[in-house]
Amino acid sequence: MKRRDFLAGAAGALALPGAALAQVDPLDPLVRAATNGAPVNKGKVTLVLPQLADNGNSVPIRITVDSPMTAADYVKSIHLYSERNPVPNMANFYLGPRAGKAEINSRVRLAGSQRVTAVAKLSDGTFWYDAAPIVVTLSACLDES
Amino acid sequence: MPARIQIPREARRGEVIEVRILIQHPMETGYRHDDVGHLIKRNIIKVLSCRYNGVEVFRADLSSGIAANPYVQFYTVAEASGNLEFTWVDDEGQQGAERQAIAVKG
Amino acid sequence: MRRARAWLALAAVLAACTALAQERAIPPGELKSGSAFLGSDLRALQNDDFANPGMLWVERGEKLWSEPAGKKTLACASCHKDQSMRGVAASYPKIDKANGKLLNLERRINQCRTERMVAEPLRYESEELLALTAYLARQSLGVPIAARIDGAARAHFETGRAAYHLRRGQMNLSCAHCHDAQWGKRLLSETISQGHPIAYPAYRMEWQTMGSLERRLRACLSGIRAEMLPYGSQEYLDLELFLAWRAQGLPIETPGVRR
Repeated sequence: MKRRDFLAGAAGALALPGAALAQVDPLDPLVRAATNGAPVNKGKVTLVLPQLADNGNSVPIRITVDSPMTAADYVKSIHLYSERNPVPNMANFYLGPRAGKAEINSRVRLAGSQRVTAVAKLSDGTFWYDAAPIVVTLSACLDES
Repeated sequence: MPARIQIPREARRGEVIEVRILIQHPMETGYRHDDVGHLIKRNIIKVLSCRYNGVEVFRADLSSGIAANPYVQFYTVAEASGNLEFTWVDDEGQQGAERQAIAVKG
Repeated sequence: MRRARAWLALAAVLAACTALAQERAIPPGELKSGSAFLGSDLRALQNDDFANPGMLWVERGEKLWSEPAGKKTLACASCHKDQSMRGVAASYPKIDKANGKLLNLERRINQCRTERMVAEPLRYESEELLALTAYLARQSLGVPIAARIDGAARAHFETGRAAYHLRRGQMNLSCAHCHDAQWGKRLLSETISQGHPIAYPAYRMEWQTMGSLERRLRACLSGIRAEMLPYGSQEYLDLELFLAWRAQGLPIETPGVRR
């Protein structure tokens, strides 16, 4: 149910990769869990994914947020969302001024071609996002061993 | 649970250092079936925490959407000599821990 | 008379070498590791000595190498001490001079365990056996694979070669059909590799864990809808020898990362 809301909320969510990126719906229940209904602005966040995944089981992902990471101005958390995975909230990362640099690298699972979204919460209470499309192909042979 | 941590052995005070961790864990999604068709129960690392001399400097909530043998790379400021200690828990309640020392000069 | 015999022997060896050289479906200059057929991300992951997931098994293998086991409370390191194992994995599969048997790394480890350490053999695909084989193969990183097929190994090589060219399964394909004749071409979304063993044991994305060469061969059989032989079958071992000969000169790159 949550997943359908998510898809309905983001206009053109099932559009082919490369199509115009839809806005993150701040009222979406998933996103609202992190933002409490506050507006989510495009910017400050850069989400880097390959255009074409070698294999959906392990896709490298980098999320960078443009922030001085001082005690007065820092990234509190970064939330990662998938529009097609069975579990849409892929991960949450909690930073703070001791991070020095707001950048996370990890490897994720992607269940098919889709758009991935990263939402950052800043210390001033504002929310920012970036989204990136990716094409994920399947392996040719089934492995039963 | 075996894990590898990579941080510089030493750093200058105030320097932003790269921290990498790789944990051996299947991150079983709960969507796979065994060879007789039964669903294999989900078992993933749910929370990963990094404490620098006892103070949490990084935390991650993970899901089945993170690849098996999870890899995370982040940054922290080298404040003082001591230890970076990682702890994590999975769905079965298994706890893992790994630490690495760092010498901070200046 | 002795000189004539020596010359005859030399001529025979040269003829055999030439004959075999002519039979290589992929000439040495065209050999390519499986890494050449990966996408850039997986290749980068394999080359990242920290993040390559296979290194978790290599590290475990390093610990196991020094752990005593069995009734004699010996570890691998007890006998091998400070001996460098570089080049060892690259020479396998090979004939054990003591008993004339063809051994791969897995069988050699288990032979050492049962005969010298008086310890239980390690199961195929067990974490321990994968860790030890990964550690040993890693010691040969960059060493060109060079298995010998002379003497007692020759018969195994011939069986392995026959197995490589045998049509099997519902799809009635042999290894050669894809890996000799169609490598470099597309199969659905993937590019067919030359099918070399030099990166094994490898971390395969489809398994999301480490696996042996034998596991990969079973997956190939499954892929062409042929019956998978049980682990430890002689046919796999003979085929491994043939594959090592076929890949001669390619450097070991364990742990590989594969799709």
